[in-house]
Amino acid sequence: MLLDVQDLHVDFRTRDGVVNAVNGAGFSVDEGETLAVLGESGSGKSVTAQAVMGILDTPPGRITHGRVLFRGRDLLTLGREERRRIRGERMAMIFQDALSSLNPVLSVGYQLGEMFRVHRDASRKEAKARAVELMDRVRIPAARERVNDYPHQFSGGMRQRIMIAMALALEPELVIADEPTTALDVTVQAQVMDLLAELQREYRMGLILITHDLGVVADVADKIAVMYAGRIVEHAPVHDVYKRPAHPYTKGLLESIPRLDHKGGELLAIKGLPPNLLHVPAGCPFHPRCPQVREVCRHDPRPPLYEVGEGRSSACHFWKETIGE
Amino acid sequence: MSDVPQESPEPILEVRGLVKHFPLTRGILIRRGIGAVQAVDGVSFDLRPGETLGIVGESGCGKSTVARLLMNLERPTAGSIRYKGEDISRLSGRALKAVRRNIQMVFQDPYTSLNPRMTVGDIVGEPFDIHPEAAPKKDRRRKVQELLDVVGLNPEYVNRYPHQFSGGQRQRIGIARGLALNPEIIVADEPVSALDVSVQAQVINLMERLQREFGLAYMFIAHDLSIVRHISDRVAVMYLGRIVETGTDQEIYEHATHPYTQALLSAVPVPDPELSRSREHIILVGDVPSPADPPSGCRFRTRCWKAQALCAEVDPPLAVPAEFTAATGPARHASACHFAEDKGQLVSG
Repeated sequence: MLLDVQDLHVDFRTRDGVVNAVNGAGFSVDEGETLAVLGESGSGKSVTAQAVMGILDTPPGRITHGRVLFRGRDLLTLGREERRRIRGERMAMIFQDALSSLNPVLSVGYQLGEMFRVHRDASRKEAKARAVELMDRVRIPAARERVNDYPHQFSGGMRQRIMIAMALALEPELVIADEPTTALDVTVQAQVMDLLAELQREYRMGLILITHDLGVVADVADKIAVMYAGRIVEHAPVHDVYKRPAHPYTKGLLESIPRLDHKGGELLAIKGLPPNLLHVPAGCPFHPRCPQVREVCRHDPRPPLYEVGEGRSSACHFWKETIGE
Repeated sequence: MSDVPQESPEPILEVRGLVKHFPLTRGILIRRGIGAVQAVDGVSFDLRPGETLGIVGESGCGKSTVARLLMNLERPTAGSIRYKGEDISRLSGRALKAVRRNIQMVFQDPYTSLNPRMTVGDIVGEPFDIHPEAAPKKDRRRKVQELLDVVGLNPEYVNRYPHQFSGGQRQRIGIARGLALNPEIIVADEPVSALDVSVQAQVINLMERLQREFGLAYMFIAHDLSIVRHISDRVAVMYLGRIVETGTDQEIYEHATHPYTQALLSAVPVPDPELSRSREHIILVGDVPSPADPPSGCRFRTRCWKAQALCAEVDPPLAVPAEFTAATGPARHASACHFAEDKGQLVSG
């Protein structure tokens, strides 16, 4: 197993109290596999990614419990220096907002080359040559001429390609992409996702895709973990989730989005709002919004992740009913 | 223009040849014009009472500029916007104010479009300060509470401030404000794109209910093609300042004939793994050209896989293409392409 995250808990200290941003998340990714972590704002999906990557803002954030096994070694027990080395070379991250993730006063060639200078002791000249190669690799036209350009001189889609190039520079085994195409237009999104999928096949890297977009997930993921209020509420192979969701939240999400392929009637909206993490409801955190809520759902203990089938789990007491035909 | 279907009723809004160029200048003391950003370049459409016209396009296509022009927040460089026969783009002062009562706007960002220092009651009631004739002073509080109730907010919340509400609730406040003066037309610019998926559906349903209840005409601007299909009666697809294709939802989504629309539809991820992996994906090359220096002829030709010499020379008009003028099916609709072709279903494989 490439990455195995077990029972991860992350707290944030805020003025108003301690927030359990992630509350027992667990998932795994294998080589060449794509796991989508799906959730709305405040679900804990990005915090999970940061914790795995080791770039959580500490304080206020703190990992209070759990294990992050990367090729069997628990990253959370490693020293700072060792962690940093793994982060640069063996796992990398692609962020949503390429413009603010790139340094505006350094040329993209310099920033790409930095990967090789720092991690591979390359000379400046060598580093620049590798930067041009990388830019070619992510299909930036006229790479040789543009290597000395600055981030603002590129379009949004091109900047995101540069981010991808940077993440893939050292051929990492695992890439975490946090909403990599959310800021992009659909036709550009299609280009970028296409490129990412192709590079993944080539390098056989594991990919964790953090997103809120059910469409993007359906396009590329092998497995999906649905997060709600800091918990994974459903975890399954992608086809199962879309065909027969085992958690009412997943089911609600799928029913609430308008479809491109037919014009439906009124949308079946999920009532209410995602919970404030300072006051997560007792019992199942989804119960105030759930159409099939029963008395037992309103009280602790919270529903565990029930084994629902081959590689599938759901945190709903009544998953049989939800999944039923 | 021939993109206007023949069925009645009378359009409430007729937009013809709308152009907005933003001048580009150089120099501080002596400003010299060095060109213009052609944000909107010859856009025509009709809006009929009670219908929804969806406008889709990617960033920079000019869809938001069209909204600002309709609201008279910008003056057009050329063209006309007729509201019940009267060109409102040239109005000013009292006459403009009277027209504005009937055309209201809902904005994209529920966080910045509400004044954080005003209570919800003041925000929703502000239109009455500007148009005092709409409601006598003593009725205002009751009216505001009614409006909150209509959009599904607790009427007791009038004294709360915007930060005490979630994004979806704020968007409801923005909609209540838009409804205050009982307008006939609401221009909504990306009204749900800042909201979480589970909340988007609530706001869409609300907008549809209000449309039925009050007979509103919507101009619904968005980049999300699925949402636009869901809510719109007719759809216009924009690219680089122009409408490239327009028709009913079925005509556009199931029988698109313009290559750009086809690429756009094929690029939208659909939430169905089997479908999304089996259908055709058209991946466009390159980026949208700069609106300050658009290509000659057809503006899409630089990214189009069908482009030929003709496309660089002759700008294709927005009309029913010659090969479909004799047709009777849904492929017969306005499409600005020399090589229009009905590829059939692109969204369902």
